Amino acid sequence: MTAHMLALQEAAHSIPVVDPTSASGVFSLLWLVIALPLAGAAVLLLGGRATDRWGHLLGTALPIGSFVLSLVMFLQLLGRDSADRQVSQHVYQWMQVGHLDVGMDLLYDPLSALFLLLITGVGSLIHVYSIGYMEHDPRRRRFFGYLNLFVAAMLMLVMSENYLGLFLGWEGVGLASYLLIGFWQHKPSAAAAAKKAFVINRVGDIGMSLAIMLFFVTFGSTSFTVISANADGASEATLTVLGLLLLLGACGKSAQVPLQAWLLDAMEGPTPVSALIHAATMVTAGVYLIVRSNFIFDLAPNAQTAVVVVAVVTLLWGAIIGCAKDDIKKVLAGSTMSQIGYMMLGAGLGVAGYAFAIFHLLTHGFFKANMFLGAGSVMHGMDDDVDMRHYGLLHKAMPVTFLTFTMGYLAIIGFPGFSGFWSKDKIIETALADNWLVGLCALLGAGVTGFYMTRLMLLTFFTDKRWEKGVHPHESPKIMTIPLIVLAALSVLGGVMLLNDWIVDFLAPVVGTPVHEDPPLPALAITAIAVAVVAVGVALAWFLVGKRDVPRTAPQDVSFVTRAARNDLYGDAINDGLVVDPGRHLVGGLLAVDRYGVDGALTGGPVAIGAVAGQLRRVQNGFVRSYALSLLGGVLLVVLALLAVNLA
Amino acid sequence: MSVTPYIVLSSILFTIGCVGVLTRRNAIVVFMCVELMLNASNLALVAFARQHGNLDGQIAAFFVMVVAAAEVVVGLAIIMTIFRTRRSASVDDASLLKY
Repeated sequence: MTAHMLALQEAAHSIPVVDPTSASGVFSLLWLVIALPLAGAAVLLLGGRATDRWGHLLGTALPIGSFVLSLVMFLQLLGRDSADRQVSQHVYQWMQVGHLDVGMDLLYDPLSALFLLLITGVGSLIHVYSIGYMEHDPRRRRFFGYLNLFVAAMLMLVMSENYLGLFLGWEGVGLASYLLIGFWQHKPSAAAAAKKAFVINRVGDIGMSLAIMLFFVTFGSTSFTVISANADGASEATLTVLGLLLLLGACGKSAQVPLQAWLLDAMEGPTPVSALIHAATMVTAGVYLIVRSNFIFDLAPNAQTAVVVVAVVTLLWGAIIGCAKDDIKKVLAGSTMSQIGYMMLGAGLGVAGYAFAIFHLLTHGFFKANMFLGAGSVMHGMDDDVDMRHYGLLHKAMPVTFLTFTMGYLAIIGFPGFSGFWSKDKIIETALADNWLVGLCALLGAGVTGFYMTRLMLLTFFTDKRWEKGVHPHESPKIMTIPLIVLAALSVLGGVMLLNDWIVDFLAPVVGTPVHEDPPLPALAITAIAVAVVAVGVALAWFLVGKRDVPRTAPQDVSFVTRAARNDLYGDAINDGLVVDPGRHLVGGLLAVDRYGVDGALTGGPVAIGAVAGQLRRVQNGFVRSYALSLLGGVLLVVLALLAVNLA
Repeated sequence: MSVTPYIVLSSILFTIGCVGVLTRRNAIVVFMCVELMLNASNLALVAFARQHGNLDGQIAAFFVMVVAAAEVVVGLAIIMTIFRTRRSASVDDASLLKY
């Protein structure tokens, strides 16, 4: 037996199995967590104008209700023994066709517990903020209906006990994101962005649905319980294919290379939507999928390698794009792409990294929601201008936004003590222990993050005033700043989850206990290096942006790299060249074959017959004697035929 | 008794009628030629009936005569009407019903 197979067998023994107990007590209200926002969406979207006056209040109250429920359940879960922290609830029999028996089952374990808190908590804050942000929008009620739908779909995604239920939420999230990105559908760019997001997500969904079919074929079920118990019985090839298909799905939802192109365009939606997509829902779904499917990936090292490669490419890709954009939301979008790359990297590193991926996901949820809402607050004060070259020196005009944004900024670049510092540092450390090249890329990404975030801070809040005429920046109302303050506090304090390795122990029943591996360098040294790299990035931004005059329009005589980054590293061109244009030509060719080949054969026959008939009807010339001649000819023919038959 | 002369005569009459139908323009003559062909076939029927010694052919000849009589009534009426309206009994002039 080779060492490789031995290692695999060992992995098979340590894989945690999903084995929930039936829900009781407060857990029997699990279904309500999804039902509340879903009911909100139903009331707001079906209720019509009658709900216009109070719709946004209901739409905010219901996610808060879900949050309270999640919090109570979370505390209950903490009270339980760590081996007994998996609860499931059978809501109803969903479908039964032949051997396919899918129940509407909900699963509540440490992983979904954390997601529930993030989705409902950050989601509720975004709802509160939206009350202020969307105040003057005539379609505010509809907006809140879509937001509720988004939250409900995401909750379904993380609470389902089987892949089919997860897929239901998965598609729901896709639908809600489509509706929200294209919320201002009167703008052609918003409508196009919504379509783009939807179509690219469909590509990922192909992987997802194929994976579900393969699950059913291999294991006869789509339930986590059954699959995790039998995963080691499947062949490694099957598991690798499953892993790659799941990765394709995750790439679509989480905007990972090569399906990353939709994320930057998705900034066309209202800013709270961007916050919701980037922090609490949607893009985290891919990371959740990989971590939830740990029982597959632990047994498929090749698929794990693919995850790591995708993650590293994406984290650098997003960071580079973030450096060149002047649109504040697009910088943040590039940054999201990059940070999700970190999470995927953590998830791809296996048992050692799952907990840190989720940890980074949570802290990122806090500080990215904070910064997106902060960006919204800035835009609110600047008459919806998104160009950072028209900002400058806003820290006096918007002190609350500035201070809260700074907390998010310090968290994302990994300033020691802030939440992002702990989570990103852990991922870099784990990556270095696994493979030094991957670790170095992650380190480089951290440095670039320091650069582009500092650039954003300087352009927005410092340097000199470059405001458009007639713009009077002002602080946003309290209903928008209070969520910012809460999120800023969370961005600072999110690191407490790592105290005593709490999050690692908490998630151990779901993702397994990591075997401690010694990194090539002492952990403290890695931390110091990471901080130093970030400091270099920050300093570079200070010298390149902060110390110079900032032109009000973007300079055009820039290097090739800058131009590429401004064009999203030609992601759209790559898509066009590799997929869209060949597809268009293929369809054009098929159309030609259909038009000239199939239609030609079908209509050509009748046309030819018609032409022959047109000539033949000339025989019908009206002269009785010629008819008589043909009659005679016919009779002669018949007689000759009879004679021939009789004589033969 | 040999029927051969009768059959030969019948063939000659039929051929004359046939050529007449194909070559003559006057509707009355064409009509007479048709009658000639019918009677040629009648002659053949009767001759064969005689040879076989039964009445089948003779009965068939009666049928042909009845049909021919009916046809003459209708046909002459049509020719009369056409002549009245068009002042012509040429079959080539009545060639409007065509492609």
